[in-house]
Amino acid sequence: MKFIDEYREAGSVRACAETLERTVTRPWVLMEVCGGQTHAILRYGLDRLLPGEVTLVHGPGCPVCVTPVALIEKAGAIAALPGVTLCSFGDMLRVPGASVDLLTVKARGGDVRTVYSPLDAVELARTNPERQVVFFAVGFETTAPVTALAVSRAAQLDLENFSLLVAHVLVPPAIEAILAAPDNRIQGFLAAGHVCTVMGLDEYEEIAAKHHVPIVATGFEPLDILQGVLMTVRQLEQGRAEVENQYARAVQRQGNPRARALIAEVFQVVDRSWRGVGQIPQSGLGLSEAFAAFDAETRFDVTGVSAEESPLCISGEILRGIRRPDQCPAFGTRCTPEHPLGATMVSSEGACAAYHRYRGRQEGGDDG
Amino acid sequence: MGDANNCFHCPVPISRYAEVLMAHGGGGKLTRDLVEGLFIPAFGRPGAGPLHDGARLDLPAGRIVFTTDAYVVQPLFFPGGDIGSLAVNGTVNDLAMCGARPSSLSAAFILEEGLPMKTLARTAASMAEAARAAGVAVVTGDTKVVDRGKGDGIFITTSGVGVADPGLRIGPAEVCAGDAVILSGDIGRHGIAVMASREGLAFESEVQSDCAPLVDPVFAMLDAGVEVHCLRDLTRGGLATVLVEIAAGAGLNVRIEEDAVPVTPAVRGACELLGLDPLYTANEGRFVVFVAPGAAEQAVQALRSCPASAGAARVGEVLAGPAGTATLGGRFGADRILDMLSGEQLPRIC
Amino acid sequence: MCLAVPGRIVSIEGSDPLLRIGTVDFGGTRKQISLSCVPEAREGDYVLAHAGLALNVVDEAEAEKTLDLLREATEGE
Repeated sequence: MKFIDEYREAGSVRACAETLERTVTRPWVLMEVCGGQTHAILRYGLDRLLPGEVTLVHGPGCPVCVTPVALIEKAGAIAALPGVTLCSFGDMLRVPGASVDLLTVKARGGDVRTVYSPLDAVELARTNPERQVVFFAVGFETTAPVTALAVSRAAQLDLENFSLLVAHVLVPPAIEAILAAPDNRIQGFLAAGHVCTVMGLDEYEEIAAKHHVPIVATGFEPLDILQGVLMTVRQLEQGRAEVENQYARAVQRQGNPRARALIAEVFQVVDRSWRGVGQIPQSGLGLSEAFAAFDAETRFDVTGVSAEESPLCISGEILRGIRRPDQCPAFGTRCTPEHPLGATMVSSEGACAAYHRYRGRQEGGDDG
Repeated sequence: MGDANNCFHCPVPISRYAEVLMAHGGGGKLTRDLVEGLFIPAFGRPGAGPLHDGARLDLPAGRIVFTTDAYVVQPLFFPGGDIGSLAVNGTVNDLAMCGARPSSLSAAFILEEGLPMKTLARTAASMAEAARAAGVAVVTGDTKVVDRGKGDGIFITTSGVGVADPGLRIGPAEVCAGDAVILSGDIGRHGIAVMASREGLAFESEVQSDCAPLVDPVFAMLDAGVEVHCLRDLTRGGLATVLVEIAAGAGLNVRIEEDAVPVTPAVRGACELLGLDPLYTANEGRFVVFVAPGAAEQAVQALRSCPASAGAARVGEVLAGPAGTATLGGRFGADRILDMLSGEQLPRIC
Repeated sequence: MCLAVPGRIVSIEGSDPLLRIGTVDFGGTRKQISLSCVPEAREGDYVLAHAGLALNVVDEAEAEKTLDLLREATEGE
């Protein structure tokens, strides 16, 4: 496939790894922000191609993982109501809340459906006027534009049976929170390429300057990731702290103005609690005044949901890069993909699930 | 007749009822009308004389192999197949995977009240077509009807009987270190074809389900004297799941090379789009075979001579350890351990 | 996060730039994708599609540059 295969070519990837080997002189700790990047790294074993001096820590770039327990419980409660159809991306269906996940709600009779796009949920609402259709809007800035488009479409069509349960989160505040933590080890970031496609690079300039860390907008294919690491390490070796763009075929400095306009029209920045991390101010999106009528939290009475998490789960430390999945006492024993204690084990983007799947139960499988 | 893409046309009215009623499962007149008017014309009358409770079979000498499976699928009709062809081929293939030549099938239907009679007729015609292509007969069956809302249109259970050479030993216990792992063709077609027809994920795809009988490819190898140690058809969990199961059963390491596994561009495109891994995507007309190392070339040639396995390729080998695991040799030199998924693979945006 | 996949626009419906829908081909699989955020996109262009929306038009020149940079880097060192 064009624009995919060229970036998975073995020769180029190995060549890039060799260049990296020749470039690095000291240990460096980098973080790849995006769950999709984590997935690619573990799937292709890219971290094993890196020189020993470079450590990659998996960041909180998994919007599924960080969706607050309370919102999952609300989604479950809404889906269980008669006459309601809850539409969700496949990613969310197995993520455990405090007491349920959406698949269990479906098994108990709730109408839970997988959709590829929130636009499909709007179409479902349009063709089924007798049902209340609720879309569970998770995702970073990459997904916010299409959610916004869906809401404006619903408004244009005057749909009274469509609403959103909003769980969108923003990347830059998360990076700030990681850098502000006293035990922070991260010296450079691979920014989430598709988030930058939408939002551009400006937000990261401030962070790079303030904390003196290089930030490189990076793609998702093996070659992209290795190049992103190479560019970040080069900056660190040279003492630079700039924002660079590895993913130039998909990212422009100003992002996508139309997508940003859609977000600005439909959403406003709000405080958001991140599962396993805690409250990060101004780190989420909520519906703006003009579209408040589409908020499922107010349309449906879903108060009194519990929001407790397992005391054994250390998702927060994993997401902040302080501990690795295999360093968790419950990893592979009390906590497995079949019986997950927290979202980093359920979501296939979660660091724990990816570790479990690609590394088995022992660390460092075969090196081929 | 029986082409899943065309409407079923019958010059004789199948039934004076346009829909299945509770009474059609009651064992009385309507049931008899259904059998005589719909099932027998499709499957043929098993022997002379009146219909009886069971079918008496004259089987060739050898070891009798018996299997059963239940089939549920939504949508009932999808590109390249339907619940009927699935139900026949699935059971035929389970017999073939034991090295048995399939002979006869039973078919039990649980129908939902209100199911259009045309849908049932189309399904039966498809089963008849599949049975003919696989060289088997549907010789006995049953029909029950459940209340509207209590069934998903049609559920089918088929059981099958076949005969194998008594000297044949095929199974995970026969797999040895050094064996070659051969795949009969490209993967992921069925899963994508079914997903493409599902509401909420609708996309246009040229991908057709690979649902097909695998009797010919299996016997092409056996008849050529290939030393076959194990056969397993790929179904819902995809190639990876089968490899994990066999590795565990054999207590050895099954190692395949990522780049050796054939995937068509259309399946790849759909998997990329939905965030699915072809290794875990469903198949209905593919199998893996473990053969003695010296027999690998011959096995591939024998498979490639059959249309159902024209794309056969060697994908890996069996090693002594790490015992009980399936490993994928990655493109960039890093191996990864294959695991079973906890449930169905779900499309993702993340 | 953010599985966005490059696909080629095969045809476009609608003339209003904010309402245009493209039929986008991904290696043989086709899906309807909203082109609301890429008014400049034309038939034959490659777009990055995420959850039903095209996020940008793939810059083919930049794509080539990324691959070239790599070749230079490895030759030069």
